[in-house]
Amino acid sequence: MTATQIPDPTKRYQRTGLRGRNIEMLSWLFMRFSGAVLVILVFGHLFVNLWLGEGVQRIDFAFVSGKWANPFWQLWDLCMLWLGMLHGGNGVRTIINDYARGPRLRLVLKALLYIAVVATVVLGTLVIFTFSPCPAGAEPSLLPSICSE
Amino acid sequence: MTAVAERAEAEPEAEEIPSFDVTLKISRFNPDAEGKPKPYWQEFTVTMHGTDRVLDALHEAKWHQDGSLTFRRSCAHGVCGSDAMRINGRNRLACKTLLKDLDISKPITVEPIKGLPVEKDLIVDMEPFFDAYREVMPFLVSEGQEPSRERLQSAEERERFDDTTKCILCAACTSACPIFWTDGQYFGPAAIVNAHRFIFDSRDDAGEQRLEILNSKEGVWRCRTTFNCSEACPRGIQITKAIAEVKQAVIRGRV
Repeated sequence: MTATQIPDPTKRYQRTGLRGRNIEMLSWLFMRFSGAVLVILVFGHLFVNLWLGEGVQRIDFAFVSGKWANPFWQLWDLCMLWLGMLHGGNGVRTIINDYARGPRLRLVLKALLYIAVVATVVLGTLVIFTFSPCPAGAEPSLLPSICSE
Repeated sequence: MTAVAERAEAEPEAEEIPSFDVTLKISRFNPDAEGKPKPYWQEFTVTMHGTDRVLDALHEAKWHQDGSLTFRRSCAHGVCGSDAMRINGRNRLACKTLLKDLDISKPITVEPIKGLPVEKDLIVDMEPFFDAYREVMPFLVSEGQEPSRERLQSAEERERFDDTTKCILCAACTSACPIFWTDGQYFGPAAIVNAHRFIFDSRDDAGEQRLEILNSKEGVWRCRTTFNCSEACPRGIQITKAIAEVKQAVIRGRV
């Protein structure tokens, strides 16, 4: 006859372990911080682009290239891009964690999300810093009118 | 003698408590049914009084109509926390919900609490709930030498965690939490409330250990502050506030 197995009563029951310590806290704090900064950035952006001067009527290629000639607006748009994408991406990650039940579905959705976020951030950063309205040696008929002035 | 008789005569007859018919629509599940058992709805119409609670109506149905109807209840006075169930879509204790407070012109739906596996009719397996509870170490941990007299505490120090001492572990909050519905690994409001009760207790020395446990992936950060738990708590504990206080303590790294 085998003796009845009784689990060791001094062993603490561990359901989840201590996975991902601090990461969720940092992500929670990031959401608060980036949210507050984004309110300023986005409303500043809307105010400058749509309200000041002639307002929405003057937005064209020349207006955007003029803005990006200024390092201040380059930095402003860069912050808005990074914070906006990371804030939004983190929010969608949370929603996936909350609603996707299966671990495989979760993995696929998160992989798609991360690829989309990284691609947008990298491409956007590249455009903000390498943007040139009148590239040298380009076909003149393809260039905007401001280049010939 | 005559005085007593006179007074009895003068007193008006106690008004008869009005009675009415009420229909209960109960979600039933028999795990021993033939084939693949599925939950189904069954209606019971019972004659009740204005002073009765949902629990009395359940008793009426079980005792006089269908003895196989199964639900938990123990004290029947809102203290033991056995009879939490979804009544008209809200988590309530059946023993604290008066029929006259519900719309009795329509059937009253009664379901088991969500997010925990149903065992039979209104009974769910509470083990996952208590596992989370155990994990936050819901007991006093003190270091150093045992005092020779009781551990004294000021009224202000006691006030700090007074609200969370009221928990009766009925699981109404945890099973009202949408995060717990999809992710059973989340500690849930009840476990955090009971951690709060010890974290902010001046006599306890394991606060930081508990904060570390609640700082894990399935800890307090999964809370979305939807206030479902505060709304569901039959003891009126400000659960979302307690969770927010634990979050603040985790950020500051101390109590």
